[in-house]
Amino acid sequence: MSQKLEEENPAEETGEEKQDTQEKEGILPERAEEAKLKAKYPSLGQKPGGSDFLMKRLQKGQKYFDSGDYNMAKAKMKNKQLPSAGPDKNLVTGDHIPTPQDLPQRKSSLVTSKLAGGQVE
Amino acid sequence: MAGAGGGGCPAGNDFQWCFSQVKGAVDEDVAEADIISTVEFNYSGDLLATGDKGGRVVIFQREQENKIRPHSRGEYNVYSTFQSHEPEFDYLKSLEIEEKINKIRWLPQQNAAHFLLSTNDKTIKLWKISERDKRAEGYNLKDEDGRLRDPFRITALRVPILKPMDLMVEASPRRIFANAHTYHINSISVNSDHETYLSADDLRINLWHLEITDRSFNIVDIKPANMEELTEVITAAEFHPHQCNVLVYSSSKGTVRLCDMRSSALCDRHSKFFEEPEDPSSRSFFSEIISSISDVKFSHSGRYMMTRDYLSVKVWDLNMESRPVETHQVHEYLRSKLCSLYENDCIFDKFECCWNGSDSAVMTGSYNNFFRMFDRSTRRDVTLEASRESSKPRASLKPRKVCAGGKRKKDEISVDSLDFNKKILHTAWHPVDNVIAVAATNNLYIFQDKAN
Repeated sequence: MSQKLEEENPAEETGEEKQDTQEKEGILPERAEEAKLKAKYPSLGQKPGGSDFLMKRLQKGQKYFDSGDYNMAKAKMKNKQLPSAGPDKNLVTGDHIPTPQDLPQRKSSLVTSKLAGGQVE
Repeated sequence: MAGAGGGGCPAGNDFQWCFSQVKGAVDEDVAEADIISTVEFNYSGDLLATGDKGGRVVIFQREQENKIRPHSRGEYNVYSTFQSHEPEFDYLKSLEIEEKINKIRWLPQQNAAHFLLSTNDKTIKLWKISERDKRAEGYNLKDEDGRLRDPFRITALRVPILKPMDLMVEASPRRIFANAHTYHINSISVNSDHETYLSADDLRINLWHLEITDRSFNIVDIKPANMEELTEVITAAEFHPHQCNVLVYSSSKGTVRLCDMRSSALCDRHSKFFEEPEDPSSRSFFSEIISSISDVKFSHSGRYMMTRDYLSVKVWDLNMESRPVETHQVHEYLRSKLCSLYENDCIFDKFECCWNGSDSAVMTGSYNNFFRMFDRSTRRDVTLEASRESSKPRASLKPRKVCAGGKRKKDEISVDSLDFNKKILHTAWHPVDNVIAVAATNNLYIFQDKAN
């Protein structure tokens, strides 16, 4: 019995859970959800929602391109085609050197917004 | 006119919300660029601006009373549209800068032209929107088509005259405030002095003068000396509507700090600290994430402020820091879905909130294209939906109900059937009238109170 409970709610026993007042009912769904998450991703950090996801937020938009690597690769493979990224163009890993063809084109929207479509509702 | 069918209980003050207009395409396939990212009425409510992920701004203008078409009174039609921001790449930092418009804020009108500030992650721009309905004709040095005349051929002088022309609305960028933010800008707010404004990113808040683009003052800096020690970021900031020295900023930890610029040049030490005490026994992995405040808005009166966290809207009295005076549950039924909402990233969605003109009601969005309104005096609340199905002209909106569990009644929708891709993050309330604008992905809905 204790083994199973450990996952759900280490501090409480089943009996008490059932007798919990209206107030505590709010806590249980959250804890149950937490247990579900920990079961799926056991390596999820001890620190709840801590700096890891904050750091990720601060680094949004970071894309790396090393011009040195790129030019060296180009020089080495003068006559051959540079390997392209394949279907997932955004993923650049390992030995693959991103080429201008691989980088997603950042074009500005020359199209007028559809909100300004002009129909009178 | 049909009586109030639809049943349900309107959100106090006897609001009876009706469909007015919807803007945008009907396609199932929504282009990323068309997703609306901000909605804002100007001070009079005559203009309504939207910004989208494609960096474009569309401004709608309210039609004046028209005898020929009596029911077009109060309708919003396109006034101006322009490309505010374009995608950029910062080569030095290998950083892609999105053109998405994060916020638009209007300046109070001082002359015939309209001014607004629009910002993406890195750059704020001041746009002037002006009307031109006259054109000068009869120049001496150039022809009507603009070609220069041969000066030696000019034998007589004439005075150019102004002739009426079709109304043209022009938008031009008057100021570009760039290079002041290392992190991503989440808020801009115009000061009540109408001369300065603030811009806030994840870790810093800067103060600008509207006339000066080559420098800004840093007034809040929460960047730790060692980034490993980073525990919270700034999520929103706003100036007080009347007190030009007061600003507030919210954090990812669910707190709000009020700063007084008179106390020191760098407002790292707050004057007031608003935080609701948490029950330590209820703490879970999700607690901090769902407490993160996604929006903070002062009431028009300046006496209260409202914060939006993942599951609720809280109204705070500026005189009381210990806890909010009101807490309104937006979608408490999601508490038992937090695991999947974390997995699909929805738990990080940033919902905004807004006050009505008299501060008697507040509104915020939810999922499944639902939005919620809370009447502060009657304590009544209502859930409404922005959908094409209820888009008949002047049709009353039927209140919606989500069934959290157990037996689902007819007309209720169960939590598991909610569409989490249909999120209403941005809503705006007309500053005076009961007219609201609701952004549902790529469509903009406008609803009006029947009494209007």
